Formats: sequence, C-alpha cells, structure tokens
Amino acid sequence: MIEAARCLACKKPKCVAGCPVNIDIPSFLHLIEEGKFVEAAQKIKETNPLPAVCGRVCPQEEQCEKVCVLTIKHESVAIGRLERFAADYERNAGKIKLPEIAEKTGKNVAIVGAGPAGLCVAGDLIIAGHEVTVFEALQKPGGVLMYGIPDFRLPEEIINAEVQTLSDLGVNFRYDYVVGRNDTIPEMLAGDFDAVFIGSGAGLPSFQGIPGENLIGVFSANEYLTRANLMKAYRFPEYDTPPIEAGHVTTIGGGNVAMDSARTALRLGSRSTIVYRRAREQMPARDEEIHHAEEEGIKFNLLTNPTKILGNSRREVIGMECIRMELGEPDDSGRRRPVPIEGSEFEIECDAVVVAIGNKPNPLIPQTMEGLELTRWGTVVTEEHTMQTSVEGVYAGGDIVSGAATVISAMGQGKVAARAMDHYLRTGKNPDPPPPPPPPKEKSKKKKE
Amino acid sequence: MFRVLGNRKVTPNAHEMIVEAPEVARKAQAGQFALLMVNEHSERIPYTLSDWDKEAGSVTFIVLEVGKSTSDFVRLQPGDEVAHVTGPLGMPLEVDNFGTVALIGGCYGLGGVVPVGRTMKAAGNRVITFVEARMEGMHYYLDKYESFSDEVVQTTTDGSNGIKGHGVDILEARLKEGVQVDRVFAVGCPFMMMITAQLTQPYEIKTFAALNPIMLDGTGMCGACRCTVGEETKFACVDGPFFDAHLVDWHELRDRRAAYIRIERDVCK
Ligand SMILES: Cc1cc2nc3c(=O)[nH]c(=O)nc-3n(C[C@H](O)[C@H](O)[C@H](O)COP(=O)(O)OP(=O)(O)OC[C@H]3O[C@@H](n4cnc5c(N)ncnc54)[C@H](O)[C@@H]3O)c2cc1C
Ligand SMILES: Cc1cc2nc3c(=O)[nH]c(=O)nc-3n(C[C@H](O)[C@H](O)[C@H](O)COP(=O)(O)OP(=O)(O)OC[C@H]3O[C@@H](n4cnc5c(N)ncnc54)[C@H](O)[C@@H]3O)c2cc1C
Ligand code: SF4
Ligand code: SF4
Ligand code: FES
Repeated sequence: MIEAARCLACKKPKCVAGCPVNIDIPSFLHLIEEGKFVEAAQKIKETNPLPAVCGRVCPQEEQCEKVCVLTIKHESVAIGRLERFAADYERNAGKIKLPEIAEKTGKNVAIVGAGPAGLCVAGDLIIAGHEVTVFEALQKPGGVLMYGIPDFRLPEEIINAEVQTLSDLGVNFRYDYVVGRNDTIPEMLAGDFDAVFIGSGAGLPSFQGIPGENLIGVFSANEYLTRANLMKAYRFPEYDTPPIEAGHVTTIGGGNVAMDSARTALRLGSRSTIVYRRAREQMPARDEEIHHAEEEGIKFNLLTNPTKILGNSRREVIGMECIRMELGEPDDSGRRRPVPIEGSEFEIECDAVVVAIGNKPNPLIPQTMEGLELTRWGTVVTEEHTMQTSVEGVYAGGDIVSGAATVISAMGQGKVAARAMDHYLRTGKNPDPPPPPPPPKEKSKKKKE
Repeated sequence: MFRVLGNRKVTPNAHEMIVEAPEVARKAQAGQFALLMVNEHSERIPYTLSDWDKEAGSVTFIVLEVGKSTSDFVRLQPGDEVAHVTGPLGMPLEVDNFGTVALIGGCYGLGGVVPVGRTMKAAGNRVITFVEARMEGMHYYLDKYESFSDEVVQTTTDGSNGIKGHGVDILEARLKEGVQVDRVFAVGCPFMMMITAQLTQPYEIKTFAALNPIMLDGTGMCGACRCTVGEETKFACVDGPFFDAHLVDWHELRDRRAAYIRIERDVCK
C-alpha cells in the first residue's frame, strides 16, 4: 500500500502508454492504496486477462516502469510487483469475478494456439458475445508459459487458474489438436467458423550449424525446458519422461531462454555455465534474470563463441570447443559486432549442451493454407491496426507475427486483433479508419463483491 | 478421453490396439503416426497408424512391448481410456504409380506397411510385400497383406515359417533374378531399414524408410527427433517420418535412439 501510494496519479500517465495493453495503472494503484485489492485486480483485468502472469514475466523495467515519471528523480513505482500482488490476492481469496458477457452473436471463432496471444483473444471475444474454441497442439494450455518458462518463475497453477477463468466464461478448449494436420484453416472457415486467429508462436528451434550438434546430450532449449516443465521429467520416475542427467550443462545464448535453461540445469542438479558471444551489456536477457543466474552460481563465459561440440565414440557429448571474441565495429543492429580472436581456441568440458539461440515460426500453418503472406523470416504479415493477415477472416498475433518477443506484446497484438475481429464478425468488415489507442477511460464500475 | 476399443495379442510381445480417436481417423493418411499418452504422467510416445476407420472413429496401432510406456499401453483393456492421442502427425507419403513397389515390414512395421500397401495398390502399383519375423507364430495380418499385394513373401530368421532369412535377403535374390522393382518402402527397426537401404543402393532403386528417433512433442517444436539426411538436419516428426533411405545417417539414428537406455532400464528393474 505504501508502495502504491508513491504513485502521483499523473494526469497523462506515461506508464499507461508504456504498457502494451494500456492497463489503467494509476487507477489500480489507487485501489491498492485504499486496500481494495480485489477491485484492483478487476481493474487490471479490464485490459489484461493474465495479470498474475504479466506481473511475473513482463520486462517492466523496459515498459511501464521505464517511463514512470518517478524514475526521473527516484525509482519508479513497482508496478509489476503490485500487479502480481493484486492478481494473486484475488485468486487466493477465491474472489475471481467473471466479467459480464455481451449478448450472444451466434458467431464462431477458432483460435490456433493456447499461448498468451490466443488466450487473450479468446478472453476478449467470449466477452464480446462470440463462441470461441481454442485449438492447442499440446496436452496443456499456456504455450511457452507452460512448456518454456520454468515453474520457479511462473508456477503452473497460475496458468491453470487463468485458463479456468476462460473456461468458466465459456471458452471451449480442444487439446491434442494440430491445426494443419487435423483440420486446416481453410477447412475451418468452410466449416463451422466465421473467423480464425493464428497465435501459433515461434516454436521451431534454431541451431548454429556447428559440427557435433546432433550428438547425444545436445538439446534445443525447447526440448530441455519442455522435458522439465511440460513433461515434469524432474519428477521421474513418478512421471515417465526421463530427465537429462548431466554433471555439467553448458548453455549457448544470452537471452531469457538461456537464463531459464541454465537455471533449470542447476535445479536438475548439474553445474551450469552460459556461453555467449557478445559482452554482458549486450545480453538480451532481463537484468533481473541475469542477476538471479549469477547469484545462483551460474558461470558466465562471455565473448566466447562455440565452434564445435566434441563427442566420444558412443556419440555422447564430452565437451565444447570455443573461441574468444572481442568487440569490433557496430553492426546493423547498432551493437558492436563480436569478432574472433585468432588462436584463442579453448575447450570446456561438459556432458550436455543446451542451444538457446532463438526460435523461428513453425511452417505447418503456412504450408497448409494458400495465400497467407509471409515475411522472409517466415513470420506472418499482418495489417498493424487490425492484425488481419492477407486472407480475409484470418488474423494473427504474437510470436508468429513478431518473431520471438514477449508475453505482453503477444497479448497487446491479441487485443488489437480481438477488437478488429469483433467488428468483422458483426459487420463483415474490418474497422476503418484504424481505431485510435483507447484512452485510459474511467469506465462505469460494476460494484459488487 | 480416448477409449480403448480393442486389445489383441498378435505375437508374444506385440499387441494390436484399437483406440477411439475420431479426429485422427478422419484425417489419417498413409505414412503418418500419432502420439499417445496413456495417462497424465506418461511420456508422449509415437506410434505408426497401421489402420483407421473413419466411420467408427477408431485407429489401430501395433505396439511392441519394449519398455515402461509401451507396456503401460498394452495393459489397457477395452473400455479403459488413454489420456491423450494427437495426430495424424508427419508428412503423408507421396503416392503415385511407380510401377512395382516392394514393401518390407518388420517388428511393428508388420502393421505399419499396411496403409502404405493399400494406397500404393490403389494408385495402380504392383505390390510385393515382404514380411519378416523371428520365428513361426510371429506373422499376423496375412489376410490384410493378401488384400493389397500381388505377392506376399513371408520369411523367418530361423526358417520355422516361410523362407529362411530376412525380407531383404529375398528381395535381393529377386533382384538378382532380374525382377524389376521401382520403389521400396521399409518400416521397422533401424537395423532392418539400414540393411535394406544398403542392399538397394547399388541397384539404384529409390528406397524410403520410416525413421523412428526419440520424439517429444511431434510438432517440430523441440528438435529431439533430428536426423541427418543427405548432410542436412531434418526433424523426423514434421519433415518425415519417411525419408530417402540412401541418404540417412543410420549410425547416428541408432546411437541417438539409445540416449536414455541406461536410465530407462534402471526404472524397469
Ligand atoms: C524459455 C522462455 C522464456 C521466456 N521468458 C519471457 C519473459 O520472462 N517475459 C516475456 O515477456 N517473455 C518471455 N518469453 C517470450 C514469450 O514467452 C513469448 O513471446 C510468448 O509466449 C509468445 O506468445 P504466443 O501466444 O505468440 O505463442 P506461444 O506462447 O509460443 O504459444 C503458441 C501455442 O500454439 C500452439 N501451436 C502451434 N502450432 C499449432 C498448431 N498448428 N495447432 C495448434 N496449436 C499450435 C503451441 O503448441 C503453443 O502452445 C520467453 C520465451 C521462452 C521460450
Ligand atoms: C514415428 C515413429 C513411429 C513409431 N511407430 C511405432 C509403432 O507403430 N509401434 C511400436 O511399438 N513402436 C513404434 N515406435 C517406437 C516407439 O515409439 C518406442 O518403442 C517407444 O517409445 C518405447 O517406449 P518405452 O517407454 O516402452 O520404452 P523405453 O524403454 O523408453 O525405450 C525403448 C526404446 O524405444 C525408443 N524410444 C524411447 N522413447 C521414445 C520416444 N519418446 N519416441 C520414440 N522412440 C522412443 C528408444 O530407442 C529406446 O531405446 C515408433 C517410433 C517413431 C518415432
Ligand atoms: S502488463 Fe506488463 S507492461 Fe503492462 S503494467 Fe503490467 S507489468 Fe507493466
Ligand atoms: S507514471 Fe508513475 S507516478 Fe505517474 S501514474 Fe504512472 S505509476 Fe503513477
Ligand atoms: S519431436 Fe519435437 S521436433 Fe520432432
């Protein structure tokens, strides 16, 4: 409450503009200050259906908190933590209140993927009065939230609770359903559905293309994390999927995914090292995550590039050959390009390697529908004010559009798409002209508790 | 939930399992597989679709009992339920009139060749089916093979039924006699598929094998199933499972399949 009270309730709150879904931050902070925690959570949920998730995994320091006016003199209000607090309070108090649903329109929407983008669209469109079915390839919802981000950062119960709320609102979830292999999008549109949202994420792991990458003991971060999170391999043999037993795990990469993999390795009982080819300042991971990783005892080998993974005669990993790098001229991205220092090769002994250098979009959906325009990176081209794709009635958002990005940006795009889809379902047209970003309006509050 | 509709022991260690999975049956094509989780704690295990019935909404698997997951599955009786079935997965096989097609099935491939044979026959091919087993009593599905094959050749490695030897040995003998074969499809254990590939290579007969690396998600997300095919890394679950057998790095496949043997064995003790 004291923290919330620090908020100055700015007239033109910068924080709201900094949040990709424009949460009415000063209002919810004010409610917390008054001790109205449940109301605060409900305030947040007017714009963000997954506050317990975002409060935990948003890079707040780059978004809402970065632009808070207090940062000029002091530290910003801890918006993310307060958001998490309000959402957790509401959930733990069992006081989750379902929003009211608009009159039914009789329109049917199919959503591909139960990641944050898909869940966000599902929530908005069910409230708008449409019938919503979410098709998910895996056996559980959440996308990366479930299979990627580890439990110690985002407990599974939180995702389940948020999904339960959507089910209670009437969203139909179909698991074990691979769009493109089961029905394709054209078949869905020809069948029961009036519009489709593609939120299939960026789930195709990249590898470096160095020798030894197919040795036993080399994993994509997706595989390593999926075994641990989705399949609960760390509870083997209670769960049947075997864990990765390794004395020393070396993770390649410098993003959040690399931090999560390296920290998971520690929890699976391995020594853990990160190898990253640029310098610490250039690591794309959140500072907070890097700090955690350092505190937990993960070793960082910066300005180091793997050149080869070494194996024994049984094709098992025994180490990695690396070369030291130094920073040269800036590249296209403005970051100083790392260049190898000749003759500086050295070896790291390890028995597992996790490759966390990024993901690309899975090509299954574009392969199974005609006319879906893609960028040269394989992401789906959309119109930015509506998130409509090149195919009428088909919208997309999240990592499938922006490449690997963030939870909240996926949800922000989902919001935009949901607004356009609602309009399309009601009128047969996209909103035109593009809707302006919604001002932080004081909505007539439903008072009840 | 997916109901088990049938469980029939076809050999001492293989079961024919029929499972209700209408969405899989509706879309299944030759060459594809499904992933199955017996319960919420199970592994996601791939099985080849050996048959399906769109009307009944059912799919059939031949399951070889080798470890924990497969034995959990075959222990289920009609009326029991499995927690998850996802499919069909993988690329459907390219079907055309190639001329004469030889099918080689071993282990669970005795079921896996059935849809391949049916579609190849329907496309106008002459079909010769070679089915191999260790000994007498290990062959089943003969009536199914008869229904699409111009010729069925049974072999046993100990000679107790049909011709003694491996399916490929007989295929080789036929090729030496000058029999024209235009395409070969092999489904079974990696060793059998590898020797089939080695044998057909000098004859330059296009040969396709259904690779069976360890899989996890089966949707292209994890990369556990990567195989080297023609110097390139492929994901068997989305690019395959059938690949040009002459280009496959068979030793890598064999070694990668053994990755968890030690730890799995410990749990079975
Ligand atoms: C390890 C890791 C850590 C991360 N940490 C953070 C963090 O701290 N903060 C942050 O903001 N972001 C983080 N991110 C990024 C963030 O998770 C993603 O940007 C976000 O999840 C993207 O959401 P999405 O809905 O677009 O896709 P996803 O979350 O990828 O979900 C897509 C879903 O679609 C399903 N799907 C795909 N194809 C099909 C199909 N054909 N049919 C049916 N279903 C299909 C998939 O199974 C999946 O469940 C992290 C990512 C990873 C991998
Ligand atoms: C595309 C494909 C189709 C297949 N079709 C069939 C089929 O129709 N019938 C059949 O009986 N078997 C089939 N298999 C093999 C089957 O998946 C394995 O036998 C099964 O996973 C063994 O699990 P287990 O726990 O019983 O044995 P384990 O003791 O775990 O393993 C025994 C061996 O099976 C392999 N294996 C283990 N886990 C996996 C996994 N997750 N994915 C793939 N292989 C694994 C390994 O080589 C291992 O050494 C297929 C495999 C693939 C990839
Ligand atoms: S959703 Fe993220 S960016 Fe928006 S207010 Fe919450 S923590 Fe900040
Ligand atoms: S910018 Fe900071 S001080 Fe201003 S309203 Fe937002 S949180 Fe409060
Ligand atoms: S099984 Fe995960 S990519 Fe093929």
